[in-house]
Amino acid sequence: MPNLPVAAEIGSGPNPDEPLSIIVAAVLILLIAMGTLIFNIWFERKQVARVQDRLGPNRVGPWGIFQTIADVLKLLTKEIIIPSQIDRLTYWLAPVLAVGAVIMIWAVVPLSPVAIGSDLNVGALYFISISSLGAVGVLAAGWGSNNKYALLGGLRVIAQMVSYEVPLMLSLLVPVMLAGSLSMQDIVDAQGAMWYFILAPVACLIFTTAGQAEVARAPFDLIEGESEIVAGHHIEYSGLAFAMFYLAEWLHSFTLSALCVTLFFGGWQGPFAVEVPALGLLWFFLKTYAGYFILNWLRYTVPRVRIDHMMSFNWKFLTPIALVVLVMTATLEKLWPALFPVDPGRPGFIQSLPRAGILFLANLVLVGVVIMILRQVARRERQRVEDLVDEGQYSAPAPMPEPVEV
Amino acid sequence: MSVPLWMFLLVAAALFCLGIFTVLSRRNAIAILMGVELMLNAVNLNLVAFWRYRTEAGIIAERGGVAGQAFAVFVFIVAAAEVAVGLALVIAVYRSRQTVTAEDIDLLKG
Amino acid sequence: MPINLETIAFTLFAAMCVGGGLGVAVLRNLFHAALSLLLALFGAAGLFVLLSAPFLAMVQILVYMGAIAILILFVIMLTQQVIVPEPYNRQWVLGALAALVALGALFMVIAQLGGGDAPYLQPQPLAPEVSDSGIAALGSDLVDPGRYLVPFEVAGLLLTVALVGAISIARED
Repeated sequence: MPNLPVAAEIGSGPNPDEPLSIIVAAVLILLIAMGTLIFNIWFERKQVARVQDRLGPNRVGPWGIFQTIADVLKLLTKEIIIPSQIDRLTYWLAPVLAVGAVIMIWAVVPLSPVAIGSDLNVGALYFISISSLGAVGVLAAGWGSNNKYALLGGLRVIAQMVSYEVPLMLSLLVPVMLAGSLSMQDIVDAQGAMWYFILAPVACLIFTTAGQAEVARAPFDLIEGESEIVAGHHIEYSGLAFAMFYLAEWLHSFTLSALCVTLFFGGWQGPFAVEVPALGLLWFFLKTYAGYFILNWLRYTVPRVRIDHMMSFNWKFLTPIALVVLVMTATLEKLWPALFPVDPGRPGFIQSLPRAGILFLANLVLVGVVIMILRQVARRERQRVEDLVDEGQYSAPAPMPEPVEV
Repeated sequence: MSVPLWMFLLVAAALFCLGIFTVLSRRNAIAILMGVELMLNAVNLNLVAFWRYRTEAGIIAERGGVAGQAFAVFVFIVAAAEVAVGLALVIAVYRSRQTVTAEDIDLLKG
Repeated sequence: MPINLETIAFTLFAAMCVGGGLGVAVLRNLFHAALSLLLALFGAAGLFVLLSAPFLAMVQILVYMGAIAILILFVIMLTQQVIVPEPYNRQWVLGALAALVALGALFMVIAQLGGGDAPYLQPQPLAPEVSDSGIAALGSDLVDPGRYLVPFEVAGLLLTVALVGAISIARED
């Protein structure tokens, strides 16, 4: 596609010498993000309805597919109620920051071999730093609303997002190390023979879990926590301003899936993707929607965790494992070429088998060790509680009453 | 690059002086910390600008030619450590004295 | 200075930088001052990109904005002393004077450099085969025993000490 201003060779974004191509690329990225969102909301609502044994939207259009458009129209025409005692600058800045941070991530997501907003040579770092900016939006909303529940939500953001960034970043380093590059397009290119999910399954799981917490969706949606702090940071927002937060959350979840696919499931890689770039787009979105489906499935199945559990889960479980995975992968990456010398260059499927095998086995061993340690801890904890009950310091919950036959 | 070196230096100088003013004049301890951050940032800006403009051509992006960037990395690390301890001190003082105003923290004054 | 994308970007980022710094110095509302610190830091990150140090720009956003500025906002929210009747102390005139003197001194030094036409003030060209602005070089220099390995390890130690110290100071007991 030599005539299109966005089109470029593999691995390069829009041409900086042509300001027009930058604008076109920016608008395209925005359109893709917003366009998929309309569909995603319907997709998720249909899915959650099935999970909860309901029908979901089914009135507007076939299968209720135009429901979202009706909802958007409703939100647009709604009155925006502004509380009187707010900090105006902060209050209005918050939704903009929240949405902006999410959309900016899409600039480095490779959609196909030729379509990427900008192939930064620090793309992976860009993603992690921009997503840390999203916390500022939520924080500003918590402060600007002048509401104690919003403030509590804002304070929880710090605890949650800043802590979960640590395992997120550590697990992100694994594919970066395997590909030997921080550029997202290079990471996808390096997965032509073998997806990094095979080479680093544990890192992938940590990335997804920490990402779910970063996005603040169930089971980690303590920022909102309807039953405890009503709605957290967006309690005082209504109409379009509320819709911005809603939009940011939905889009962030989808973005997480897209990043997982890019880093661990080969991005746009698939049959004939290099020859026909448009096919790459198809593979990318197929994989992303599969990931999105699984993330939503998790969201509507697992109940919300308690905040102290969430913090200790991060600092005492995810972070140490992420560190071990990082060190293990680095060591094996230095060792395996010594054991199985292969010719350099672009390896095919067969050539990449020994490397994948070693790393996969190492990951398996790690999972086994972790499970053994967890069993030990659980056994000790159970023993401790039983001892307390025996000493009479702690009364065990009464047994469930027998179901009554009617 | 069509932006001359002195413009970057001027921006850094302005940032540094705003930092000095904040540190010397603000009463709130957190604001003083923010002033220190501004000054450290100005230093980083200078380091990177001199690296980009004054390193010998040809080695600028090779091993040994990135001293300016390496120094900036260390400044980042020091800034992170400084802010962590500084804010911990602010919280500790606030807990015992219910104030974050630097002048009111005068327990050692005879 | 010709008008092109680069000079426009420089003007924008420099304005963000200085404007944000000004906000930190003069805004009465401390929360707004912290938000304007974020603006200044973002402007500096943009200037790093223009100086072909994208790695530092990203670290700037990640460490300064994502961690340091957010921690500052957190402590402001915790201590709640946001708008006080008297934001400046008694010696603020002296402080302003000192800042102006420093600015004058720095300005004189910069003026010594002369305009932008001197050949040694032109940016050095990056070697054509190096496309990553020295990221790989920076990485290997930081762990090279002949260069920055010792400072790097000491920096790691410093961070650990700061971590332990911060926790033990801020801990409620």
